[in-house]
Amino acid sequence: MAEIVLRQSPLDHLSLDARAVAEPGPAGVVAGERRFVAKVNLRGDPADEAFVKVAKGALKVFLPTTPNTVDGKRDRYALWLGPDEWLVIGAPGTEGRLVADLRKALDGIVAAVTDVTEGRTVIRLSGVHARETLAKGCGLDLHPRAFGRGRCAQTRLGKANVILHQLDDAPTFDVYVERSFADYLWRWIEDGASEYGFAIVAEPIMAALKARRATR
Amino acid sequence: MHLIACPWCGPRDEAEFSYGGEAHILRPEQPDALDDAAFANYLFMRGNPKGVHAERWVHTVGCRRWFNALRSTVTHEITAIYPMGTPRPDRAP
Repeated sequence: MAEIVLRQSPLDHLSLDARAVAEPGPAGVVAGERRFVAKVNLRGDPADEAFVKVAKGALKVFLPTTPNTVDGKRDRYALWLGPDEWLVIGAPGTEGRLVADLRKALDGIVAAVTDVTEGRTVIRLSGVHARETLAKGCGLDLHPRAFGRGRCAQTRLGKANVILHQLDDAPTFDVYVERSFADYLWRWIEDGASEYGFAIVAEPIMAALKARRATR
Repeated sequence: MHLIACPWCGPRDEAEFSYGGEAHILRPEQPDALDDAAFANYLFMRGNPKGVHAERWVHTVGCRRWFNALRSTVTHEITAIYPMGTPRPDRAP
């Protein structure tokens, strides 16, 4: 008999939805997990014009060549990981399509497309003290002068290797953390943020908060 | 804590890097033509200078790219960072 295995995010056991609030109020840090965001590792030579053109056509975003920068918006981003390596982000559930499209488009071009969706989960942090919370355990200079919107970095947060991506000036950060470190890092963030007031929100509420802030 | 300037990512904490040993060790073109002493010399023997040392580093936590550095073993000062496969910048070719 076939066994049905439900897809689980690495933070499911923390029951974040049950602790989520509808209105974060004066919390200095608002956080939530973005489950099952599609992540595809793309490698190729940025000096190869055919590769760049085809990848741009398939992804609808540029592959940034400036180290530690991001191109894209909403739910489609390309994060610089190395001089010939990018992490392509898509809406949850789109990884199969993304990989198939990229492989088809890049047929005959020297490139590698790898689905790494399940390897990491994404913790989104927002709020006036989100930056201070991250700075407690990160060797990077996160001051807006040095690290702003549209920047990404692979670095260490606490004792976990992460990819940081700053989405806006709220500031809002997406923290891509490896599966086995997700529980540790969530608890670390919650502990670090508690002095500023910490609220957990569910994913749709987080999107709504962002939209409301934008219209203010 | 050192700040090491990754050629791609810029200055980062030393803790993000891993050390790769002495740079510019070339594998012999015909290893089977060497006698044991010569091969052992290639395999095990390393300079141990007091002063400038050419060595390999990798930005493990970040972009995972290798590069060479000139570091003083006395002061830990890093005086040059240069791509792998290029000659030592402090020695005329």
